Amino acid sequence: MGGPIDLPPPPPPPPPSFSLKTLKLKTKQKELLLRVTILCLVYILAFITRLFSVLRYESMIHEFDPYFNYRTTLYLTKNGFYDFWNWFDSESWYPLGRIIGGTLYPGLMVTAAFIYWTLKFLSFAVHIREVCVLTAPFFASNTTIVAYFFGKELWDSGAGLVAAALIAICPGYISRSVAGSYDNEGVAIFALLLTFYLFVKAVNTGSLAWSLASAFGYFYMVSAWGGYVFIINLIPLYVLVLLITGRYSMRLYVAYNCMYVLGMLLAMQIQFVGFQHVQSGEHMAAMGVFFLLQAYNPSIPHRFFLKLKHMEFCWHMRSSCHNSFYFLGWVKYLLSDTKLFQAFLRTTLTITIGVGGLAFGVGMASGYISPWTGRFYSLLDPTYAKDHIPIIASVSEHQPTAWSSFMFDFHILLFLFPAGLYFCFKRLSDTTIFIVMYGLTSMYFASVMVRLILVATPAVCLISAIAVSATIKNLTSLIRTKSKALHIGSSKGNMSSKASSKTSFDQSLPFGIKTASALLLGAFYLLSRYSLHCTWVTSEAYSSPSIVLAARGAHGDRVIFDDYREAYFWLRQNTPPDAKVMSWWDYGYQITAMGNRTVIVDNNTWNNTHIATVGRAMSSYEDEAYEIMRSLDVDYVLVVFGGVTGYSSDDINKFLWMVRIGGGVFPVIKEPDYLVNGEYRVDKEMRYDVLACVRRHSVSHNEYSSYGFRYKLSYYRFGELTTEYGKPPGYDRARGVEIGNKDVKLNYLEEAFTTSNWIVRIYKVKPPSNRW
Amino acid sequence: MSNHLSIIFLILILLPFLTQSFSPKKVLILLDDFSLKSSHSLYFTSLKNRNYHLDFHLATDSNLKLSQHGEYLYDGLILFSPTVQKFGGSLDLNSVLGFVDSGRNLILAVDESASDLVKEIATECGVDFDEDSGAVVIDHGSFADGDHMLIASDDFIDSDVILGKEKIEAPVLFKGIGHALNPVNSQVLKVLSASPWAYSANPESKLSSPPSLTGSRISLVSVVQTTLSRVAKASETLCLVLPDNIGFRRIKAIALFSPDDFKILQARNNARILISGSLDLFSNRLFKSGVQKAGSSTNEELMGKPTFDDRYLRSGNEQFTTELSRWVFNERGHLKAVNVRHNKVGETVEPSMYRITDDLEYSVEIYEWSGTSWEPYVSDDVQIQFYMMSPYVLKTLATDKKGLYYTSFKVPDVYGVFQFKVEYHKLGYTSLSLAKQIPVRPFRHNEYERFLTAAFPYYGASFSTMAGFFVFSIIYLYNK
Repeated sequence: MGGPIDLPPPPPPPPPSFSLKTLKLKTKQKELLLRVTILCLVYILAFITRLFSVLRYESMIHEFDPYFNYRTTLYLTKNGFYDFWNWFDSESWYPLGRIIGGTLYPGLMVTAAFIYWTLKFLSFAVHIREVCVLTAPFFASNTTIVAYFFGKELWDSGAGLVAAALIAICPGYISRSVAGSYDNEGVAIFALLLTFYLFVKAVNTGSLAWSLASAFGYFYMVSAWGGYVFIINLIPLYVLVLLITGRYSMRLYVAYNCMYVLGMLLAMQIQFVGFQHVQSGEHMAAMGVFFLLQAYNPSIPHRFFLKLKHMEFCWHMRSSCHNSFYFLGWVKYLLSDTKLFQAFLRTTLTITIGVGGLAFGVGMASGYISPWTGRFYSLLDPTYAKDHIPIIASVSEHQPTAWSSFMFDFHILLFLFPAGLYFCFKRLSDTTIFIVMYGLTSMYFASVMVRLILVATPAVCLISAIAVSATIKNLTSLIRTKSKALHIGSSKGNMSSKASSKTSFDQSLPFGIKTASALLLGAFYLLSRYSLHCTWVTSEAYSSPSIVLAARGAHGDRVIFDDYREAYFWLRQNTPPDAKVMSWWDYGYQITAMGNRTVIVDNNTWNNTHIATVGRAMSSYEDEAYEIMRSLDVDYVLVVFGGVTGYSSDDINKFLWMVRIGGGVFPVIKEPDYLVNGEYRVDKEMRYDVLACVRRHSVSHNEYSSYGFRYKLSYYRFGELTTEYGKPPGYDRARGVEIGNKDVKLNYLEEAFTTSNWIVRIYKVKPPSNRW
Repeated sequence: MSNHLSIIFLILILLPFLTQSFSPKKVLILLDDFSLKSSHSLYFTSLKNRNYHLDFHLATDSNLKLSQHGEYLYDGLILFSPTVQKFGGSLDLNSVLGFVDSGRNLILAVDESASDLVKEIATECGVDFDEDSGAVVIDHGSFADGDHMLIASDDFIDSDVILGKEKIEAPVLFKGIGHALNPVNSQVLKVLSASPWAYSANPESKLSSPPSLTGSRISLVSVVQTTLSRVAKASETLCLVLPDNIGFRRIKAIALFSPDDFKILQARNNARILISGSLDLFSNRLFKSGVQKAGSSTNEELMGKPTFDDRYLRSGNEQFTTELSRWVFNERGHLKAVNVRHNKVGETVEPSMYRITDDLEYSVEIYEWSGTSWEPYVSDDVQIQFYMMSPYVLKTLATDKKGLYYTSFKVPDVYGVFQFKVEYHKLGYTSLSLAKQIPVRPFRHNEYERFLTAAFPYYGASFSTMAGFFVFSIIYLYNK
């Protein structure tokens, strides 16, 4: 099943015969039935296409962050909401600890827990893990429904159906919502689209109820994901654009004010957001637009005396003339003299802007208004993070997007998108302006950061759906009218149908029926390619849990490397309960969730210094590292090593980031010290450190490599192992080189555990020597 | 009921330990030949009189063994066998070091004929003997009996706990080789130093170059107290009890009764080592001989005209070696800390977590081993740290002079995983290093003040706005 949904034609133009009149009702019913069936199928499809990961592997939590979410959900279901809200977690960020309740977006956990409690109430005995695994697919299904209504609001129900179908299988969305991908984005995209839909609905109707609903949608979004900042910036921008283009209306005023004020109050209830919503730079745009709208305050005294109908009239009158915002209009009405009004306008505007600018300046200078965060800067300037915040740049999903991944994630939508934009501009309305802005801004962000493709996906799907729907509709209607015209044959009928086709359809190009059918076939072909592509991508690329690795063996059979879990269970069962494990921050969440041990740093990268300290330990000599580890009470060190299996995202390949992050805080660590001709190497030509020789004359060259402590841990005893037939021992398959230093000796640590494929290696920190 | 049973059961288990703990300590003495037994008999007798069971063997005895079935057979080891090239039986360098690392005590005495093996043991313990094999300590200033190689030194370490309260009046006679302390090792102490004009050289040969060891850098007798500062882990409690001297057995008994206390019991290894460059130091001959020490502070001795102004009938050797052996065998300066308690002020239960700005009480009991029983340790310099990467609170503990040290303080306004740390390192005493981990959490959402006086203008503003809005709405809707 894919995109090609044969849309029933809109009610045909009123034909003169009696028998068609009775059929008309039936068509409507048929259409409804068809629509509901299609929606149901899409709903199911969206769910089951995300189950590949469960079929291929097992029902398990994927990746890194989801493990933290899972752990907190478990805590929530065990201890209840208030304990969760006030949870101080002493197991992470030793010895700083982390206030969980105040540093997470609880939406996802509360949602999963709520589903779990509901199921339990209905006497379905399920494990919370199953609920967590299936939360993302469930919400993806719900997203398709929202997409349908959004499409309907934008264009027509046909476009809605196409949008639902497109978004159900779009790889850009699936990448973050397969079963097991228990992450904030899973529910956040649903919340995002819902908020936008409700807001657009509110703008279209001018109804307080819809606006209130969108405020609640916004609240849910804020509770679920930090990406809510996108909403709170896009909507004011949209309002501003409407103001500038002269599309300001009472409906917009009601929708925005209600949504902003209530949404703000609700958002501030989330501990993690709190006063940021009125104090941080990212939220200032919304507040500015809010005040701007008040300057055009529509509460005119003479509206006292207007009844509802008159108000309608008033709207009409005022929106017809361009510059008449309500407040200004009222003032103009009071001040009969034009000159006086001009003066008033000038002073008011100057004072408003002056006071606003001054307040903002003072707020920024005094620190009351916090400046933009690094992540926000890096969105506006893609090179910012690389130069200033290595920790943001080090995350692979924060990299700028490659063209290939656009193709991979959007496939045909990539060129349907401009077509859709064309249709939107052809039929410009408040709604289409919104979707155009959403599409363009999110496309920009998607090209800055890989992970934001996800945010762009709904917009791309909706706009493409418009293109698909409008095109197919045009083509089919052309075919239908032509054939109908042939059938009827009479000149009068021909005339009327031609006329109706001109009036009721967007375009009537002089296509011959054959051209039209050929184009239709082409469209179906493209859409079927799209569905094939999506299915292939889902099953091959996006269903890997990344905690269990799969590879093809020599005979084409699947080999599973379950080393991560092996290591974490070893930790859980063989180390003291209060042992502290040091690893690079990527594995922090997994160690706490699966190994149940205290970690020094984890994926919640809130404290750069602490991470840099670990980075420094990893890139220092063993004795210096030992001092750092002693000061942090570290008992075990965990490293990930892919040299045996050829697993490339291991610690050696991440090593330069450790150096950069460590060097950002401790200038003792300099990146060039670790490079040979600008390259980081582990083979025979690797660099023996000059520094080591200066500091310690007694140390021979071979004993200390420049690769620090992490190098030693990864390659300890690796020189004895033959990894590949026909290669010398100590051949690193991940990097395709024979390692330079095969005789690695450890003085302060001892090997505690190495998993069966050497992917995870755990070392125990020895107590200090007794007599020295 | 079951509670009572289990206590009885525990006592039954503990009985052997409790009885054993009063049995004499066993000391293995290795000699080069048995004539030492008589030539150093005074020293051995003093040990015997203090209820030590001495086990004499030749160092080359092929039946030598320190441990059997993983259990050490002795509490102390005396190596009076400087010339041994290779120990007999299962003994070797590593087993001797392992013996020390297990927390047991060692006395090592050598002379100018010291073998490489014995020197190696000393090196591993942090002192380096002169590498020149023929070198002895020569002092043309403070010597006795006209023998410039028989040194009379009274440059003792200033520590009552190591050398006893009674001051050693007479100089100690020393004849042997000197050593230097390894500067990297912070645990080794000079107990008896040479005078500033002593040097270490081979008296047979002419000095062609300046001697490598000179002056007061030369240590004649040194002691080492290993201080493995390490936080005990709950899971490691079973390994901790292995040290088998009296003190630890007692602690084991206490610990089994209240496992909570044991968790933070110091896990450090307080092995004590004595290294002397002279075997004759312990001999009857030098014990008995009087001292006629060459003048110590005038220039005349440098001119070769010693003045015999200090005369003692007996040298200080007997007092010096006896007091040192008391210290080495843990009869003095041996501390233990038990019953670490902390709780909120006004409560008695130990919480698993504190909140910021809580008031808490902390107490610990410290006792000193007197040789026969644990006596309260009295001192006014025991400090507690409330520690997270750096101390947030540092307070001196008050004491009731009965062994209990206590204090109370306010938890700082910082959350995190803190530690109660007592780091007590006093010269000659067992190092106490207690650490107990305790998380400190921030306020819960309902622990903040509900109504703030400072916020009353804001309350007023919001309520008046609400009222105003209500009135306004009525006027707006019904005023026509």
